[in-house]
Amino acid sequence: MIDVVDLLRCLLVLAAFLVLPLAVGQLEHKTMAHMQSRVGPMYAGGFHGWAQLVADGVKFAQKEDVVPRAADRPVFALAPAVALVPYLVVLFVIPLGPSMVGADLDLGLFFALAVMSVGVLGTLMGGWASANKYSLLGGLRTASQLMSYELPMVLAAVSAAMMAGSLSLVAIVQAWEWSWLLWQLPALCVFVVAGLAELQRPPFDMPIADAEVILGPYTEYGGMRFAMFLLAEYAGIVVLAALTTTLFLGGWRGPSSEELGWLWALLKTFAVAFCVVWFRVAWPRLREDQLNALAWKLLVPVTLGQLALTTVVVLA
Amino acid sequence: MTAVTVVFAALGLVTLVSAFLVVTSDQIVHAALWLVVTLGALAALYVLLAAELVAWVQVLIYVGSVVVLLLFALMLTRAPTGSGSATATANQPLAGVVAAAVTVALGAVMWAGFGGEVIDEDAIRIGTAERLGDAVFRTWVLPFEVLSVVLLAALVGAIVLTRRGDR
Repeated sequence: MIDVVDLLRCLLVLAAFLVLPLAVGQLEHKTMAHMQSRVGPMYAGGFHGWAQLVADGVKFAQKEDVVPRAADRPVFALAPAVALVPYLVVLFVIPLGPSMVGADLDLGLFFALAVMSVGVLGTLMGGWASANKYSLLGGLRTASQLMSYELPMVLAAVSAAMMAGSLSLVAIVQAWEWSWLLWQLPALCVFVVAGLAELQRPPFDMPIADAEVILGPYTEYGGMRFAMFLLAEYAGIVVLAALTTTLFLGGWRGPSSEELGWLWALLKTFAVAFCVVWFRVAWPRLREDQLNALAWKLLVPVTLGQLALTTVVVLA
Repeated sequence: MTAVTVVFAALGLVTLVSAFLVVTSDQIVHAALWLVVTLGALAALYVLLAAELVAWVQVLIYVGSVVVLLLFALMLTRAPTGSGSATATANQPLAGVVAAAVTVALGAVMWAGFGGEVIDEDAIRIGTAERLGDAVFRTWVLPFEVLSVVLLAALVGAIVLTRRGDR
């Protein structure tokens, strides 16, 4: 009996993994289109060109599978999978409700952060294996960016765990109170900013800055492999938004959360995802040195201050 | 032989083989990537040994940061891609001797400490954060603090080295 329930959980998480990133992708297309007054393709499928997403998928699948001659073939081919799979694994521990979770790990937060940090290896592998100087430069930027932002991100998440007194994501949501929105506001901001940098989303997209390094590590990729990198980016947005919701925004908590808890969690996740897209439209790209200065001179001190504040609040 | 023993042996084999490939690969980036496999398999071994927190910390720190740092450092060198990029130094035999000596020393310590010990499978307790925190901050608090001082000294030393000749 338990096996059937567990199987159902796995299937549900898999379904979420297949659907949510595409939904975020569509959200990004439409939001950017309307914010920038350029509607884009509006005909496919009738209503607002929703079927364009399907058409793009078919186009990607049909493209020729090109591998540069000098490329390191096995690493080149493996890179997109390494970038994509960790996000699927992370989705297993993110709760939509007290019992609506793939697996409630005692160390869920640690697990999520650890696995998320593996995904970036895919980008680095792509940068190395492409045998292209722009790819290598992009990979270099990815690595330096990641090393700067891992620390504030983990410290910000630790702050929420300290408030809850637990590393389990379910327990963190259960311990959440409205006052957290005030106490944990700096941690919330740092977590989202560092997460954006980790996902290489604008305004922190120097590794793939098209005007400087073409498309960075993804320059030599096309067809399905590029589509997988693209999917990994959207899956990353889903995971970041869901983690932000779980840690700082109270997850499934809300009016009549007994019945509609999962809806609240999804709604909050998409609200955060919308902000992520909004940032892309609203802000220009930072320079590489500005990015590192922001991480070390602003975010790290802010999170350390936040940790001190959290300690005082918890002990008081 | 329980299923856990079989999985443990298989993971141990993966660890060994990938570790061997790390030192024998003739492409330096491949060596770094095999190191990811080694460290990942080690993390899986920790999970089997019921040391969950250690396993995830292993992934977060070693796979997520140390290997990234390694790849970053490689990108700053003149290291070319393609075969032959991991050219051996003349110190290779010496390194082999040191590695063998360390292996013997560590193995002897493990043997002296735990040789013949049998793990009672019913008495295994999962290594949660709470339990580990208890152990580190109650029983082993002095070694922990001493280690943190060592790390601090290393950090300060690194900063001093990079700033030498700045004035």
